[in-house]
Amino acid sequence: MRDALRQTGADLPDPMRPVPFRIRRVEEETHDTFTLVLTPPPGAPPFSFRPGQFNMLWAFGAGEVPISLSGPPGEVREIVHTVRAVGPVTRELRRLKKGDTVGVRGPFGTAWPVEEVAGSDVVLVAGGIGLAPLRPALLALLAERPRYGRILLLVGARTPGDLLFVNELADWRGRFDVDVDVIFDRAAPGWHGLVGVVTSLIPSAPFDPRNAAAFVCGPEIMMNFALLELERRGVPPSRLFVSLERNMKCGVGLCGHCQMGPFFVCRDGPVFPRERVARWLAIREV
Amino acid sequence: MVETLRPILASIPLFDGMKPDHLELIAGCASNVRFAPGEFAARQGEAADRFFIVRKGRLALQVHGPGRGELTLLTVGDNEVLGWSWLVPPYKWHFDARALTDTRVLALDGRCLRGKFESDYQLGYEMMTRFAQLMTQRLEAASLQLLDLYGSNA
Repeated sequence: MRDALRQTGADLPDPMRPVPFRIRRVEEETHDTFTLVLTPPPGAPPFSFRPGQFNMLWAFGAGEVPISLSGPPGEVREIVHTVRAVGPVTRELRRLKKGDTVGVRGPFGTAWPVEEVAGSDVVLVAGGIGLAPLRPALLALLAERPRYGRILLLVGARTPGDLLFVNELADWRGRFDVDVDVIFDRAAPGWHGLVGVVTSLIPSAPFDPRNAAAFVCGPEIMMNFALLELERRGVPPSRLFVSLERNMKCGVGLCGHCQMGPFFVCRDGPVFPRERVARWLAIREV
Repeated sequence: MVETLRPILASIPLFDGMKPDHLELIAGCASNVRFAPGEFAARQGEAADRFFIVRKGRLALQVHGPGRGELTLLTVGDNEVLGWSWLVPPYKWHFDARALTDTRVLALDGRCLRGKFESDYQLGYEMMTRFAQLMTQRLEAASLQLLDLYGSNA
């Protein structure tokens, strides 16, 4: 797993200087979540990232926030960020329109070990906005489909109206080489789909736990219960990976805002093997 | 020779690892039932004289709210279990259970099973242990739903 989980960020030429990217497109996902498609300035070097990494996005005059990349990974001509408007900076990002400028630093952090789990069944468990950081991982898996066993995407959301990437999920569900299940915490009368929590999908999900790896992203409480269910199914603890969220500022492990025990989440994460952080996840307020 | 439902029961996670003679006893209380989409499998307040294991399809556990219609608490699909009111006095359904799709289930007669538990405590203990586990999982899930983990204040 060393390659995907190697530390990054500090090797960028000038990791503290934002590059002005232009908004090419804004897509409304839900009532509070939107997707920004950004293009680098002319003459900028190609942007390359791995699934699970994040950028620091600067809304000028408001501040900077860490946001996972949610588009196709690799060397790209445009970058995609799916953002939930919950604080001053993300609300300011939401006010921006096509043609406006966003400061971008990155990419930072570790990646989902997509290469390293080749040959296994791969289970992606997403809760809420946690689907966004997993989307590049799924796109990478599907781009090299024959190299993997079964691929499963288990998605939990609050209501049908809170579901991200609705059209793409429908496309994935239409494929015969990926199992997609979506479940909602609550649903309006007339809804005939699944209702419950995403962890309840794990016991009967069609994968071989002895030869599976799982990538889990969502609220920390949800992740803890998802990991418990995956372990109950028999997935080896060494094959469980989570993406953590902490208050990140510098992105390169200097400022200490995102410290969790001996780790800086911006530099040593956000993607961690579960075993590496299990001890710290069990401690309150770390 | 009359075939029993024992082999089918043996393939269901609820009965995983159960002794063959116990499975045979349980199979004696089981029957195949089919529900059409929209059909009620159970109604709130009615006698809970059975529980269901979905073989193919989907059942929703629902409650009716005045002015809010049918609210779905959870759905259960293939090989999953719905209902434990048959185990607990006064043996009445607390919610509605309704088929969302054409649904085939194994219906297990609660009164029949309780009678067998009375004469075979080991079987009763086995089933109580398995249902305690199921209840724990459902309680955990309900707690997570209550936390509104994906809400704006999460």
